[in-house]
Amino acid sequence: MQDNSVNNETASRVDAIIERIGRHPDMLVPVLQAAQEEFKYLPQDVMMSIAQGLNIPPAKVYGVATFYAHFTLEPKGRHIIRCCDGTACHVKGSMAIMDAIRSHLNLKEGQKTTADGNFSLEIVSCLGACGLAPVMVLDEKVHGQSNSKDALEIIKSCEEK
Amino acid sequence: MENTKPTMIIDGRSYPINGEKTVIQLARNNGIDIPSLCYHPSLSTFGACRMCLVECEGIGIISSCTLAPREGMVVKTSTETLRHMKKTTLQLLLADHDNECTTCPKSGHCRLQELARRFAVNRNPFHQLKERRPLDTSSPSIIRDSGKCILCGNCVRACSEFQGIGVLGFTGRGQSSEVKPAFGLPLGQTDCVNCGQCASVCPVGAIVSHSYNDEIWAAINDPDTTVVAQIAPAVRVAIGEEFGLKPGTNAMGKMVAAMKKIGFDAVYDTAFAADITTIEEATEIIGRIKNGGKLPVFTSCCPAWVKYAEEYEQDMLDNLSSCKSPQEMGAAVLRKILPETTFPGIEQKNLVVISVMPCTAKKFEVNREEFSHDGVKDINYSMTTIELAALIREAGIEDFDTLEDAPCDNPFGLETGSGVIFGATGGVTEAVLRYAAEKLTGKKSGDVKFYDVRGVEGIREASLTVAGITLNLCQVHSLANARKVCEDIRTGKKQYHVVEVMACPNGCVNGGGQPATLYTDKVVPLRTKGTYAHDAELAVQAPQDNKPLADIYAKYLGEPNSEVCHHLLHTHYTKRPKYTK
Repeated sequence: MQDNSVNNETASRVDAIIERIGRHPDMLVPVLQAAQEEFKYLPQDVMMSIAQGLNIPPAKVYGVATFYAHFTLEPKGRHIIRCCDGTACHVKGSMAIMDAIRSHLNLKEGQKTTADGNFSLEIVSCLGACGLAPVMVLDEKVHGQSNSKDALEIIKSCEEK
Repeated sequence: MENTKPTMIIDGRSYPINGEKTVIQLARNNGIDIPSLCYHPSLSTFGACRMCLVECEGIGIISSCTLAPREGMVVKTSTETLRHMKKTTLQLLLADHDNECTTCPKSGHCRLQELARRFAVNRNPFHQLKERRPLDTSSPSIIRDSGKCILCGNCVRACSEFQGIGVLGFTGRGQSSEVKPAFGLPLGQTDCVNCGQCASVCPVGAIVSHSYNDEIWAAINDPDTTVVAQIAPAVRVAIGEEFGLKPGTNAMGKMVAAMKKIGFDAVYDTAFAADITTIEEATEIIGRIKNGGKLPVFTSCCPAWVKYAEEYEQDMLDNLSSCKSPQEMGAAVLRKILPETTFPGIEQKNLVVISVMPCTAKKFEVNREEFSHDGVKDINYSMTTIELAALIREAGIEDFDTLEDAPCDNPFGLETGSGVIFGATGGVTEAVLRYAAEKLTGKKSGDVKFYDVRGVEGIREASLTVAGITLNLCQVHSLANARKVCEDIRTGKKQYHVVEVMACPNGCVNGGGQPATLYTDKVVPLRTKGTYAHDAELAVQAPQDNKPLADIYAKYLGEPNSEVCHHLLHTHYTKRPKYTK
């Protein structure tokens, strides 16, 4: 890809984000967060536009984007399932829940998003809700003390919508 | 008492503090090599490798690269605790390192290998984690081997601190951390300017120059080809370091002798070609000043700077001198003259031209389309100082340091001071002044020196009046500094007639192809000193006094900047995208 051939529309959307958040190298993380919110993930030309807009090397943007688990460089599904695998959730059986979800959604080893683009499964380290372990978050809603059966019910109800 | 210098104690002995910012630097200034991998005297402190730990009274165990020396400080460098810690650190590093030493081009010059030997790491209890990774050979100048990387970050800091570019960065985290260009692109598709400073500061074999020694050997061993070489000014004061000579020693004669032994059919001096550059560039500068042409004139000898300008300073491309670099001028003239002189009737395709350079960016330059004619590159291969040393070692020449000096061949045999000083920052400017002063005043002044343009600061200015013309000059090294100067010119804050830019810190003497050293702060000044000392002892110190060159102009080129010269010795620049597919 050429730095000067970044899609004009992408460039102006990124520029609007930078304008809103602040045109300063220190604003890289908030700008990346806002860009991910807008584009749902961080494609290469978005990162390139951010680099140009903040006047920092593209390698720096890429480095930060690959450092934090929060950022994704691949398109995500319409619904995001976050399964906690922190210590408490792990002890309370998070693995079984995740295996059940994977099998239900037909996700292969290493695959995060379903073929139809409907769901993405993310495994996160700790959601800070250990009292509710094991915890699963579907989109923005927290589901505590769940088991495999409950989890699949929740996902199925989402599929029907 | 007040006048006595503060002192500190290292391993029971007292040492004066002479303005050193860190304990590791003070120790090294006093002959104590505290081990380190990520400390480099010319880069910011990183404190990552944990090899420079010391025990400091009142503080405890602390990295000496982050510890400022203070009056009365007491430090120990190799207690039993430290020895064990460092040995373990090395074992952990080796477990996360592709330990294929026998096939590593850095073997013998690798700091990790050296420290493993020094700390007698004869076995490793840790399981080998890192496997071989594919090489990135996409760049004509640099090869990256990520499996060798120990994440010291020296290359990341060199690229952003010296050059202000930041091609390389840390990606991922934890076990999957890796240093690479943005988006994992191959280096050859990025804005890398090929300066090779990343390779210079890499303590291991993760970044090395792209060697074409196999191709060069094949050409030498091919009975149908004639192989000639030219040697750049800065190589002669550095190659000796590879063979036990002191930095700054002029080893030109020994190098020529070794190359003749290897089988080069002729060896020429790029310093001679530099005189052509000086004459062409000075004529161009005088012309632009007298005829109201575009000012300032930027020098164009440095191919890393040229590529950088094509990517980052695109509105200034008309300011770049149209002169080719000395190696390309030399090659163009040699390819014109040799078939009529030394090698009568030789076909261009059978003439292989090699350049020996302190530089990795020259490898990119020789591949520029403009420098090929009828499918033949003016220079077939450019090799670095380090690679020539490897070639000499491979040939089994064991007595380099005692070889009898041999002279370079004609027509580029005469070594001139004005050519030799191209190797140091400010050298091109001084050579131009030596020529221009005499041209403008009409008075013999080839032996006059211009000390005002010499120095070590990254941005230097000088103002000189010659024959009523005032010249405002600027000498820059490191592209981060060049960017500042360009910005000042753009905003009108500064007005210059001539700006000399060299991408590598201190110029070609510290080029990315020169022998790497932990002690750039000590070695590089010696190479610079050797350069000027050698200039002073040469019989001819200005291009106008270079008689064989005058004959070449008379016979083949005509007047400086003539039509023939423009065709043969000048070039053009194009805007270049920073990232390509």
